[in-house]
Amino acid sequence: MELLGNLWGELWAVLVTLVTAAPYIIGYVLLILLTLVIYSFVKRMLTPKRDYGSLKTVTFGDESAVSSNTAASVVSVVLIFVLWAAFTGSKLLPGFLHAPGPFIGEGSFEYTITTPAGESDTATVAVVVHPTGEEVDAPTVEAGEGIAKNDATAIPVYRSELLRVDRNDEMGRDEETFITAVNGQAIAPGGSVDVAFGRVAMSDKGTLNIIPATGVQMEPIWLPAPEAVWARMTEIATEGFRNSTLAEHLGYSLFRVIVGFVLGALVGIPLGYAMGLSNWFRGWFDPIVEFMRPVPPLALIPLVIIWAGIGEVGKIILLFLAALWIMAIAARSGVSGVRISKVHAAYSLGASKWQIMRHVIIPNSLPEIFTGARVAMGVCWGTVVAAELVAAEKGAGMMIMVASKFQSTDIVLMGIILIGIIGFSIDMLMRQAEKWLVPWKGKG
Amino acid sequence: MSGLHIDKISMRFDLPNGSSVQALKDVSLDLKAGELLSVLGPSGCGKTTLLNIVAGFLAPTEGQITLNGHKVVGPAAERGMVFQQGALFEWMSVRENVGFGPSMKGMPKAEKAEIVDHLLDVVGLQDFKEKAVYELSGGMQQRVALARCLANDPDVILMDEPLGALDALTREKMQGLVLKLWKETGKTIILITHSVEEALLLGERLLVMAPRPGRIHKEYRLPFAEMGVGQDLREVKKHPDFGTTREEILSMIWDMEEEIMGRTENA
Repeated sequence: MELLGNLWGELWAVLVTLVTAAPYIIGYVLLILLTLVIYSFVKRMLTPKRDYGSLKTVTFGDESAVSSNTAASVVSVVLIFVLWAAFTGSKLLPGFLHAPGPFIGEGSFEYTITTPAGESDTATVAVVVHPTGEEVDAPTVEAGEGIAKNDATAIPVYRSELLRVDRNDEMGRDEETFITAVNGQAIAPGGSVDVAFGRVAMSDKGTLNIIPATGVQMEPIWLPAPEAVWARMTEIATEGFRNSTLAEHLGYSLFRVIVGFVLGALVGIPLGYAMGLSNWFRGWFDPIVEFMRPVPPLALIPLVIIWAGIGEVGKIILLFLAALWIMAIAARSGVSGVRISKVHAAYSLGASKWQIMRHVIIPNSLPEIFTGARVAMGVCWGTVVAAELVAAEKGAGMMIMVASKFQSTDIVLMGIILIGIIGFSIDMLMRQAEKWLVPWKGKG
Repeated sequence: MSGLHIDKISMRFDLPNGSSVQALKDVSLDLKAGELLSVLGPSGCGKTTLLNIVAGFLAPTEGQITLNGHKVVGPAAERGMVFQQGALFEWMSVRENVGFGPSMKGMPKAEKAEIVDHLLDVVGLQDFKEKAVYELSGGMQQRVALARCLANDPDVILMDEPLGALDALTREKMQGLVLKLWKETGKTIILITHSVEEALLLGERLLVMAPRPGRIHKEYRLPFAEMGVGQDLREVKKHPDFGTTREEILSMIWDMEEEIMGRTENA
């Protein structure tokens, strides 16, 4: 029962997050619809359509009338980069497109103290907000007349400062003299007053907390600007990260995938053929394959590490296992998918068993095997990154895992983008190879 | 002993539920070299089973088949088969498909090329030699299937509804082609069909089979195949005997179908 209560609590938190995110999601959808309206308007202006499709009156529900719109793809990808740049204050984007950034520069506010006797006096606090990493001294200010004396402070951007402004005053907290107003507006412990550069709040003990405005941009440690990611990439490409260049990290990951996949295919395809051609082999391996297939390769990582360590052998065993079942099942269904009339035809044309295998069964199963290979390569790529996240000396996954421990978000982002690009390229290459090597796919 | 002898073939097999099916019972038939036989019958009469036994894909439970004096025990190049569709190898070009049989025998390239070229001429596909088979229309694919079968120079050609999937016009053209090939090559042909008209046009001899158990119901000897060679088949169909025979066979098959329906309703 306690578990159910906990789970309900978690679910509630998720729902609350969703509701909070809803306005942004709705806004994004509206943006999509807006671009659609603009696009169709412009399109109609530029090229009135006269083709067959334009004469269709039923388009909603007509699958053949729906194709991926290249313009929409371009806009959506560009928009991702624009949003990224806008919310990181990227220099690639003109300033007026930036989301409001954090306050940087000089500002000041006045505070008023009141003594137990009812006297009050006002002093000025000069504030300098400077970019992170720069050493900036607080400006020097005259102490000024009266009980309250002027103060100054320097704060790095995105930070705030609890400042005992009354420390240098003639009468302070110890004399029962308290700050009662900021910029003429009354303030009490727990309250706050908006000032030109941000906000001044008062802690429970009566100390002023100076909070410069942070804007709505992301801090670089959470989300670095695109150019920072690019700069980090060129840096790692030339100087390396953890004793290995970028090419070495990615090369190791690719090497593991390719070796593991090739070994998996070399064993899996003959295994699949045996299962497709012999009752005994099918009966023998069905329980093993059917059990191993739903086990995510990631779940094998701990066992592989125990047995083979974190070196190349362990990784390759893992990827071999990831590819093996997929390739075996693909080859098996490729063999089972041979139309009996093709086999009969080949026999009655005088082919021997071996010739049937070579000229009918293998070519007939190649499309299925290629589909399996595409899936297997995708799974292997995902698995290798995950395995490297857990433990590795080199590799794309290791690179981003180590970087995350140092909050190097730029490296993490770069790694994710490169992993995505490589995964996508592998899939594209496999598709291309498929088109080139098995043009008869789906034509039987 | 030349020719094909089908001697008292019976075929009976058990079903998973314990009962058994008598697919064929005591089917006997002698076919001389060069004869063209069409086989007709309602579904379930065992005509495809009979063809598969002759091809060697199935073994009969009783009886035997001999071709030119030796017993049929499995598929072999002497008995070529043409299927309804989908039996071409889509990973090969038209030329490679037609040359499949000779390739399997290890025939020298030049000799094979000659045979393939000749047959592609015969079926009118010379221009499509290097095309992939899936780029061809259904009718063209069946021409390839015919040529592929002939390339092996079989003694008997078995056709399992070879024109069944074609549209009416293409079908008529292909019927003419089958007659032409029969006459030119002098092959023994067994052709299974659902169409009474096709059976009449493409059968020197015509077997009507009856179901449960599958058996030969009636045999005809017909003049239409001879008449049709090199002729417009529509002219043949206008022959008065054609119409009467067609009606006779149609009502015969009708009665069989009725009987099956009645039996299943009673059961």
